Amino acid sequence: MKALDAKLFRDLWRIRLQALAIALVIGCGVAVVIMSFGAMRSLSETRDAYYDRYRFADVFAKLKRAPLTLVDDISALPGVARAEPRIVHYVTLDIPGLDRPAVGELVSLAEEGKAALNAILLKEGRYPRPGHGEVIVSENLAEAHGWHPGAAFQGILNGRKRTLVVSGIAQSPEFVYILDPGQLVPDNKTFGILWMPREELEATFDLDGAFNQISVTLMRGASEPDVIERMDNLLAPYGGTGAYGRDEQLSHAFLDQELQQLRTIATLIPPIFLGVASFLINIILSRLVETEREQIGLLKAFGYGAGEVGWHYLKFALVIVIGGLAIGAAVGLWMGVQMTTLYQQYFRFPFLYYRIDPFVLLASFAVSLAAGMLGTIGAVRAATRLSPAVAMAPAPPATYRRSLFEFIGVAQWIPAQTQMIIRHIERWPLRALTTSLGVALSGGLLVMTFYFFDAIDELIDSYYFRSNRQDATVDFLEPLDPRAVGEVGRMPGVRLAEPLREVPVRLHFEHREKLVRIYGILPNTTLKRFIDVDGKSFDVPPEGIVLGDHLSRTLGAQVGNTIRTDILEGRRGVGEVRVAAIVRENVGLSAYMEADALNRLIGEGPAVTGAQIMIDPTQTSAFYGTLKETPATGMVMLREPAIASFRDTLAKNMLVVISFYVVFGVTITFGVVYNAARIMLSERARELASLRVLGFTRGDVAYILLGELALLVAVALLPACALGYLLSWVMSHAMDTDLFRIPLVVRPSTYATGVVILILSAAASALAVAWRVNRLDLIAVLKTRD
Amino acid sequence: MREANKAPDRRAIFRTEGLTKVYQLGEIAVQALQGIDLVIAESEILVLLGPSGSGKSTLLNILGGLDRPTAGRVFFKEHDLTRASDRELTQFRRASVGFIFQFYNLVPSLTARENVALVTEIARDPMRPEEALDMVGLTPRLDHFPAQLSGGEQQRVAIARAIAKRPEVLLCDEPTGALDSKTGSLVLEAIAKVNEDLKTTTAIITHNAVIAEMADRVISFGDGRIVGEQRNPRRRAASELTW
Ligand SMILES: Nc1ncnc2c1ncn2[C@@H]1O[C@H](COP(=O)(O)OP(=O)(O)O)[C@@H](O)[C@H]1O
Ligand SMILES: [Mg+2]
Repeated sequence: MKALDAKLFRDLWRIRLQALAIALVIGCGVAVVIMSFGAMRSLSETRDAYYDRYRFADVFAKLKRAPLTLVDDISALPGVARAEPRIVHYVTLDIPGLDRPAVGELVSLAEEGKAALNAILLKEGRYPRPGHGEVIVSENLAEAHGWHPGAAFQGILNGRKRTLVVSGIAQSPEFVYILDPGQLVPDNKTFGILWMPREELEATFDLDGAFNQISVTLMRGASEPDVIERMDNLLAPYGGTGAYGRDEQLSHAFLDQELQQLRTIATLIPPIFLGVASFLINIILSRLVETEREQIGLLKAFGYGAGEVGWHYLKFALVIVIGGLAIGAAVGLWMGVQMTTLYQQYFRFPFLYYRIDPFVLLASFAVSLAAGMLGTIGAVRAATRLSPAVAMAPAPPATYRRSLFEFIGVAQWIPAQTQMIIRHIERWPLRALTTSLGVALSGGLLVMTFYFFDAIDELIDSYYFRSNRQDATVDFLEPLDPRAVGEVGRMPGVRLAEPLREVPVRLHFEHREKLVRIYGILPNTTLKRFIDVDGKSFDVPPEGIVLGDHLSRTLGAQVGNTIRTDILEGRRGVGEVRVAAIVRENVGLSAYMEADALNRLIGEGPAVTGAQIMIDPTQTSAFYGTLKETPATGMVMLREPAIASFRDTLAKNMLVVISFYVVFGVTITFGVVYNAARIMLSERARELASLRVLGFTRGDVAYILLGELALLVAVALLPACALGYLLSWVMSHAMDTDLFRIPLVVRPSTYATGVVILILSAAASALAVAWRVNRLDLIAVLKTRD
Repeated sequence: MREANKAPDRRAIFRTEGLTKVYQLGEIAVQALQGIDLVIAESEILVLLGPSGSGKSTLLNILGGLDRPTAGRVFFKEHDLTRASDRELTQFRRASVGFIFQFYNLVPSLTARENVALVTEIARDPMRPEEALDMVGLTPRLDHFPAQLSGGEQQRVAIARAIAKRPEVLLCDEPTGALDSKTGSLVLEAIAKVNEDLKTTTAIITHNAVIAEMADRVISFGDGRIVGEQRNPRRRAASELTW
């Protein structure tokens, strides 16, 4: 059927812009699927391969000190395959050229090639010689400071300042995501891993023949909780703070969270996009087919069967959908590579597999095809069901009714053109509704996209300013006498220092449990603030425990419930405590108690593990300088650099991802509005041309057409905002993880941005259509009936 | 020269019995056809005359299998079209009927040649599109799109399209309605030539009484009924007609 195919391609060419707009909408849906699933799959396969090759452990435990002989007992536990002990210490670093102190996680290194677990991958240089102050540093730190083997810096090791020399640069499966505990995102300048020969560490920290961390791998089929319980029992006498699985290993947990969020995006957003796309294809194609009514009648009159005619229009849709798939696949693959590359900067992988799941590819194709076909089949069936005589007859003049305005008697105040608009909408309410709904959906997508920026701002604001008002936190790394806080308070530049007590604990409620930290807070301190779920602040209650809202959900414990506590420090008592309040918390899983109440719970006297401080902003450098020289402070976390790196990392990461979605949202919006306008034009070209012939100006005619468009867009604005909030709600809930939550805060400016983009795309489409109105060929329109 | 009523040997192509068509428009029922009994013989030219709204198009559409009657029966030769399935009607239109419409109904995105090919591609023993267009004198316009043709030329393309499949019947609904007299008689000439050359049974709707002179038989319509029938003793050549 060559002639029919010629018709197909010429008709497609005639509506090429419209077809492109539809194809782009479909392409967006497909691209998101391919990008998200591609990045997810690539990341998880890369991770699995890396873990496997470098023997990443399954269970980890920290303790105070245990003799190496205990390792055999742990290896012998049922379910344990291999165990590897090591020594780990946090040390303060003084890095040339860096004003603030940095922190190194000093990890003992097995001899080259002998590491049973958590092997490192040496990227540059060589293994350190014991006794020379040589270390292998993690790639992130080396990159941040431009180090190569031979570079030197200072470290305070066990109270003595020493010069450390870089012998090599490495990566490790344990530190794919290198994060200073207590931070939200990595700061590569101020935190890194240092690997040092075991014997040198033993000597430096007086841990001869001992270890303070142990990692194990499990045998196939072993129960992780069982092993954890047995390890906890074995390690309790040695100050074990609770063994934990990969799910609580920091790097793994972050990686996992990222994968989880990718999965959420991949499973949540594409259906929204594909849904919008198929909805659009549905209206657009069915209205397109409607405008082809006479031609369908004609083909049938010539003896083309319903099947042949149907197939002709299906092919029409197919070309558009397949075009969309091709665009989507190409863009999706490209973006998948971009995303994966982005992750490589964010996560430290030695290699990266880029994988595309053929099933995902086919599934997204199938769904879009089905959506496109479904939209077309319905319209074509309706058109071919008409007898050819009826199909070919010029559609009878629509029966308009008196409009609502006439009914309520204000019609005489409304200009005739406006009445035409209103009657047209009232005559085809479903068309008007679908147009507005399409606009509302795409607007909702836009609002949801921009919502992420609000969420990040809110996260920073609530975590760094409203809930935690300190400029810096000093972590002593072990319980000390409360007087230690006074010493911090006397450092230059410190305006205020408040004590902090941190106790590792396993909380149990019903059958659920969670390994967390309880923070002891002195009453009448000001830096830590508790804000309840309604946004009101409250003081730490004198009795009972305060749970973060996410922790309370995880445990299923409400205010008034009594939860069981396994303290993993000191006397390691088991106790019970009542939930006194729930505090809103977007970051981590924490619990809080009044300091005395906490001391009673753990049965110990007052002690501190850290201090929260306010700094005089004019004396920051004096404060930093002192910190660098003070051996006993342990580890310091600073707010300003943390926020800067948080924003910086997110700016790099989120911005790329979000801008993808913004492009999608804008494309869809434009696609919807432009198509609605074009279809309106083709449906009404005759009528409008007749008006022109009767002497109406171009402006009058454009007003009738664009006025309707403007009205339909205006009506959609509020629902767009509502849908945007709904979608944000869905995203915020779906992205809930233990590490942090995306708060549900949609600012007015976000709605405004969405609305403005909607209006701009509507205006752009209107311009494109107005140009066509100006070119309406009066003679041609009146002469021919197609 | 021939006389239709003196040719009882000629086979009936169409036969209708009490053909009725009612359009239901909400509350109102429009009686478009009210019991039409009519026989159309092989290779005759029949003209249907009548005021607008009298049911001519409705009858033609039913004869051509484009529509179904509300009551009564239509036979095409021995086939009862009223009982035919959609598939059979499609087959009937494809194989046997050529249509010419008042508004030409060309596919705007196809050239003259392609508009004809649209039909020849699915016909059993068609002419080549070029041949059909040559019969209506459009060889120089083969590759023009409808928008590039005058009304008369478009209508001649429509005729070429209708005859290219060598149909047994040619149904023309006001083929000159939109044309001036000179172009109109060109179109009618083409129709008469096809009837002469291919012995195609031809029905032409018009409300122009002059055109009736080229027919073998003239049926007058009024209000959904046949109100008069007249046989022309002699057909006039289309070229002689002016109005
Ligand atoms: N699809 C239709 N729906 C309703 N009424 C129709 C339809 N087609 C024709 N009619 C009505 O049937 C009557 C006959 O129409 P038609 O056969 O087109 O007349 P003619 O061709 O003689 O002008 C008219 O009153 C017309 O309004
Ligand atoms: Mg008619």
